[in-house]
Amino acid sequence: MQKFGNAQLKLLERLCNVLAVSGDEGEVRKIVLEEVKPYADEVRVDAMGNVLVTKFGRPRSGKRLRVLLAAHMDEVGFMLVADDGEGIYRFEAVGGLDVRHLVGKQVLVGRERVPGVIGAKPIHLMSSDERTKKVTMDALRIDIGPGGKAKIGDRAGFATKFRRVGPSILSKSIDDRIGVATLIELVKHAPSNIDLCAAFTVQEEIGLRGAKVAAYYFHPDLAIAIDSTPARDLPVFDGGENMTYNTKLGLGPAIYIADGSTLHDPRLVGFLQKTAEAEKIPFQIRQPGGGGTDSGAIQRSLAGIPTISVSVPHRYTHSPVSISRVDDWKNTINLLHAALKRITPSLIAIR
Amino acid sequence: MTDILPFLKTLISVSGLSGFETPVARIIEEKWRPLVDEVSISRVGSLHGLKKGSGKPPRPSVMIAAHMDAIGMRVSKITDGFLHITNIGGIDVRVLPGAEVTVHATGSGEELPAVIAMPPANLLPESVVDGVVGINYLLVDTGLMPDEVDRKVRVGDLVSFANEPMELAGDIISGHSLDNRASVAALTVCLEELQNKAHLWDVWATATVQEETTYLGGYSSAFELRPQIAIVVDGTFAKGPGSNGWQTFSMGKGVGLGVGPNMHPFLHTKLRETAEKLEISCFLDVTPAHSGTDAFPMQTTAEGIPTALVEFPFRYMHTPVEMVSVKDIYRAGRLLAEFVASLEADFVDTITWE
Repeated sequence: MQKFGNAQLKLLERLCNVLAVSGDEGEVRKIVLEEVKPYADEVRVDAMGNVLVTKFGRPRSGKRLRVLLAAHMDEVGFMLVADDGEGIYRFEAVGGLDVRHLVGKQVLVGRERVPGVIGAKPIHLMSSDERTKKVTMDALRIDIGPGGKAKIGDRAGFATKFRRVGPSILSKSIDDRIGVATLIELVKHAPSNIDLCAAFTVQEEIGLRGAKVAAYYFHPDLAIAIDSTPARDLPVFDGGENMTYNTKLGLGPAIYIADGSTLHDPRLVGFLQKTAEAEKIPFQIRQPGGGGTDSGAIQRSLAGIPTISVSVPHRYTHSPVSISRVDDWKNTINLLHAALKRITPSLIAIR
Repeated sequence: MTDILPFLKTLISVSGLSGFETPVARIIEEKWRPLVDEVSISRVGSLHGLKKGSGKPPRPSVMIAAHMDAIGMRVSKITDGFLHITNIGGIDVRVLPGAEVTVHATGSGEELPAVIAMPPANLLPESVVDGVVGINYLLVDTGLMPDEVDRKVRVGDLVSFANEPMELAGDIISGHSLDNRASVAALTVCLEELQNKAHLWDVWATATVQEETTYLGGYSSAFELRPQIAIVVDGTFAKGPGSNGWQTFSMGKGVGLGVGPNMHPFLHTKLRETAEKLEISCFLDVTPAHSGTDAFPMQTTAEGIPTALVEFPFRYMHTPVEMVSVKDIYRAGRLLAEFVASLEADFVDTITWE
């Protein structure tokens, strides 16, 4: 089992508290580079801003599989698109945001992290008809106060801060800083039986774009996307059984079998489950369904790459505050580390 | 003049929901104690600070009042560790999904950080999947395990907004419960000004309870203290995104003076003259019937009390990101102090209708 404690949680906190809206991943990239450099054999920042890290197995010249591990650095957020004057800006969503999560929230704007809010017309001034209607994006503004300094093109994100509460983490951007933190851990403790190719990717939230070129660069033999998937394990409104929970908090890492972009490689699905069982690490199968991770782009790259996804479950996806369980994260790191150590070329042999 | 901002930030960093004002009342009491001669708590929890005047007893008294309660929520049911909630006061349910809150857990005496969850579409009735999700469908998640939640939380426990104050550009403060803690800050500015200003009248600085729900504090404090006149301080609507109607005013550009049936026109005129003398810009805030403030109950207390309303504009009222201009708070406080100091011993006898 991997060492897990305050150091890992502190790293995750740092990663969650910075802002890295798709296309503007610089703040996470900086932390990643700082963390991996002492451990990497090769580090490269590519044309899109991906951080591509290679840690060769030992001995350096041996015959080993090249294993791509991908975690995306970007998060959903906003971009200022028009200046209404007096510190009030129109904005658009970057990535899949539900407008109902935006009203009445605090945000931070631009590289300078200027504080602002997304306000709403007071309930007192609304007609009863207005009160029952969903707010529309074009009615919302980011307000940084009269004379505030921001400009069109600036990114903005939720201002919520990382918190530890009992068995849980409450934070924005658990998707996918928890994957980034996991991948940093794996680079730091890379096993020698594989060439570990770590891709800290950009623009996942707007179409898995960084992973596409990262896969091309590495030419891996197989790939694992490390992400965070929704846990919809809440009660149903009418008290009925929740049949579509996707994943549940507390049951361990979620192994994918199929999502909206990928049919995951059955050899790898079986391999991860067997590893978990052998190492007595709890795991769950993510219910097959929609959604997607970097695996979708990677699997289709080059002449096709056997690919699997593993996620740490979180509730309240793409909202100001998501919730994950610390133990699920710990078990995800342990499962991935144990699996990497067991990889041999026969894993993906055709016959 | 002392800086009121740190005190205001403290005021909007605590709860004090309607009917449960003690946490904020304690903070106000501590701040007012050195500024007044006597402090007392009414039998329903309103805070009364008496600053004695220099006139000959029996002295007339003026009440300057702001409500200290805030809107919020409470636990109505617990299911598998998730808390169902209901509103206390005029909550806009559209601001709730994703809001950071504190659960005041009476089972364990703890304040639990939590978030308001909008359940995913597959767990909601089809009618709300793409519309406003009503408060009866929202859940509060503490991140704790269900058995721990059952031990700590009880039905009826309070749930208050928990986002921290934000200072914005242009001398703007933003946060939850500025309605009406910003007016409590204005009363405090007034009391500080009065430390160096002679006034003949007794002054009752009053922080009322339950304005957002029942007006209990407005009715009861006016009755108990029986002032000769009452001036209520509260928020009005600022112009801003989506709000540009006749009821809205520019934030940071001055104070509003209420006009309408809840307000005595003579007091209104005197306040306006005082503002003009101080060169404080002010605007008329007309309320054709109910002012929606403590002026409504106070006016009809006992044999009736001449009542006035001083306001300043809030943006995004009743959301967790209300915005107020700090300059307007000072303006309101200075106006109150100057008005109080200008009251002659026989002022009440000069109040006329025509």
